[in-house]
Amino acid sequence: MPGREASVAAAVPPGAPLVEVRGVSKRYGPVLANDQVDLTLRGGEVHALLGENGAGKSTLSKIIYGFTRPDAGAVRVAGEPAALRSPRDARALGIGMVFQNFMLIPAMTVLENIALFLTDLPAVVRREAVAARIRAFGERFGLHVDPSALVRQLSVGDQQKVEILKLLLARARVLILDEPTKVLAPHEVEALFRVFAALKAEGYAILFITHKLREVLACADRITVMRQGRVAGGFGPGEADAGALVRLMFGEAGPVGDEAPAGPEARPAAAGPILELLGASARAVGSETALTGLDLCVRAGEIVGVAGVSGSGQKELGDLILGLRPLSGGSKRLCGEDASSWSIARMREAGVAFVPEDPLVMAAVPGMSVRENLYLGTGRRYRKGAGVRWRALEAAMAESFRALAFPVPRLDPPIGALSGGNLQRVVIAREMAHRPRLIVALYPTRGLDVRSAASVRDLLRRARDGGGGVLLISEDLDELAELADRLFVLYAGAFRGCFPRGGWQTGAVGRLMTGEREADHG
Amino acid sequence: MAETGRLSALGSAPPVRAALRYGAITAVALAAFAMVLLLAGKDPLRAYADTFSYTLANAYGFSELLVRMTPLLLTAVAVALPSRLGLINVGGEGQLYMGAWLASAGALMFPGLPRWQLLPLVALLGFIGGAVWAAIPGVLRAARLVNETIATLLLNYVAPLIVSYFIFGPWRDVRGSAYPQSSAFSEAARLPSFFDTRVHGGLLIALAALLAYWLIMEKTRWGVDMRAIGGNPEAARRLGLPVAAWIVIALAIGGGFAGLAGMGEAMGIHGRLRQGLSPGYGFTGFLIAWLAGGRPLGILFMAFLFAIITSAGDTLQITQGLPYSAINLLLAMILFIVLARRPRKAGR
Repeated sequence: MPGREASVAAAVPPGAPLVEVRGVSKRYGPVLANDQVDLTLRGGEVHALLGENGAGKSTLSKIIYGFTRPDAGAVRVAGEPAALRSPRDARALGIGMVFQNFMLIPAMTVLENIALFLTDLPAVVRREAVAARIRAFGERFGLHVDPSALVRQLSVGDQQKVEILKLLLARARVLILDEPTKVLAPHEVEALFRVFAALKAEGYAILFITHKLREVLACADRITVMRQGRVAGGFGPGEADAGALVRLMFGEAGPVGDEAPAGPEARPAAAGPILELLGASARAVGSETALTGLDLCVRAGEIVGVAGVSGSGQKELGDLILGLRPLSGGSKRLCGEDASSWSIARMREAGVAFVPEDPLVMAAVPGMSVRENLYLGTGRRYRKGAGVRWRALEAAMAESFRALAFPVPRLDPPIGALSGGNLQRVVIAREMAHRPRLIVALYPTRGLDVRSAASVRDLLRRARDGGGGVLLISEDLDELAELADRLFVLYAGAFRGCFPRGGWQTGAVGRLMTGEREADHG
Repeated sequence: MAETGRLSALGSAPPVRAALRYGAITAVALAAFAMVLLLAGKDPLRAYADTFSYTLANAYGFSELLVRMTPLLLTAVAVALPSRLGLINVGGEGQLYMGAWLASAGALMFPGLPRWQLLPLVALLGFIGGAVWAAIPGVLRAARLVNETIATLLLNYVAPLIVSYFIFGPWRDVRGSAYPQSSAFSEAARLPSFFDTRVHGGLLIALAALLAYWLIMEKTRWGVDMRAIGGNPEAARRLGLPVAAWIVIALAIGGGFAGLAGMGEAMGIHGRLRQGLSPGYGFTGFLIAWLAGGRPLGILFMAFLFAIITSAGDTLQITQGLPYSAINLLLAMILFIVLARRPRKAGR
């Protein structure tokens, strides 16, 4: 039956508007999240919606998906005025959305997850028929997933494919993807863009929400830039360039650290080692990755990068260094001392800081005040008897915020009320307050907007220049290329290659990341 | 980013609204229980009037409320404190019995000590008895072997058996009655009582425990650590907090408070160790802590309310000829009404 869906997708000729948003406004309390927004989605086009966090991208997409009702303005679908009171209405009109958090049931199979989403199935589902449709769509658009696999066994990239397949089988013609590349490794992003191309060729309209310029330039036909709830500007095919996009996203003020040099820099002569791993190994529990025989050295005044596709052992490596995971072999030394069996508290006390991917999960307690969160993890420094020397703590933290050129937030509200970028700033200010000797950064810019990400990178650079050692674990090769003085490639829990700055090409590193070949250590 | 979504999980109801809410719950439950009374052929207004005049409007009745409140406050704190770390202690009843048992052991072993030595000793032993009993599930949980809810619950069935063994065996009072009970403690081991009533020094201990709970949680760095563990265990671990140690400590302190409740019953009320020392104070304490959301003033209010309700059981038995267990219906109704609302975890 695949032909039937194809006919639906082809019902509106390519180039004709499938969705027209006209003068949509939406207010949340004092915030005007959308202000007189216009947007047109055409079949056969990838339309990128670009903007900083809080620019109104999510609100607009939720309005198109019927999740949120606008205060003013209208949405037309295939030329007809559409009453989008709920996502059900939007789906009936052929609009589907893939959220940042996938809406899948891990314990069920791909087929069951997709069948749950389809409203037109008979009471007794013919599994083979659904499976055949899944395979047919997979073949057509490069979305290969085994229908009988359990969702919890799938990689994040494959789960995203299931989400897209769900929409396609439910006959969506307009696909909205909210930050779909945030969870993907570089080669998965490329695969996703190939899927976009295949969908485009069959007349689907794609709304691709992101804040990454490079991706927009790589795959979008049309670009709409949002800033502070308004459409700041738009570009047709081939009209956009990075400079113009940045100016539109940020207005006159460019992102922090934009002009920072990215090339080779003068390094102080080889300083003493801060962190050394000598044949360090760790066992795996459950679905974790075992680490085998890792040799690594981070010197003072050096950023050491670790590249790898997701699930290669990055989190395990970070945990091993931080002292959360016992070594099963080899040793770990911090500033010359054997730290193999040190607890995380002792590692932190000895000057190890941790900048995580998602501070709300890994480094902050959402329900507690900013002040209390600043205290957590400072060890013995601000203890006095049974209490805390809050004034001394506040003074030290204010100083840290000032040194980092971050605005000092209000200390009383719960930290969970802060935006993602501000939250990361609080965590960084806390971690940097006591001049750490080693900073372990685990995907520190993931999920941050361009400006916040730039300020985090700038911070790592400054910490390095101040004589600290930085271990940067990242899946973003551009970021590693910009920052890392040396780059290790991690694959299946072991280092497959080590490159000095400027001594590596993306292609070679990418092949090592996917385990295609061993490298000559250089 | 869904920044608005995070806010909704935060903040607690202001005190006035909380009081109104408790009041409304009580009113609805009383109305529903009135139906039960009508079905049983009793006059609900009369029953409520009797309850009022025998408890709140009567000096003796009021003193009995305070007597009941004493163990309820302590067992409620025993639940509330670990709940701030996300731990569910259902073992207040067993911890109460073990507190009473160890305190009794002290009182029986050193009958000749002067009061100023013996009373602190039995209080300390009462605390230790409950603390050790709660530390067992704490260790099991910290080692990730057994869920603390299961372990504390099951230990409830063990503790009374230990007490029974001693009062049927080594400690049995052979000279006294045929009841299985220990011989009477020396006068020095008895908690002082006030104004010729059964209200005893345990009430002061209970109020002090409630105050200590609040001070520890809100004013000390230990409270910050414990709340951090409850708020985000993953972050707490990554920030170097000794999570496993805190799990054991928090459960032990909670168990210690429940143990003090048992000590109070043995030393303040019965003057000897008995079976049936507690008519389920440990379980009622759990309900109180849970309904109060772990808030100290809420615990005070709910403990008072539950003291009235359990006293009402006695009153109804005497004046209306209803079985005492009828009052369990009222307790169940309150629970039911609370559960019918959005569930709210204690201490969150």
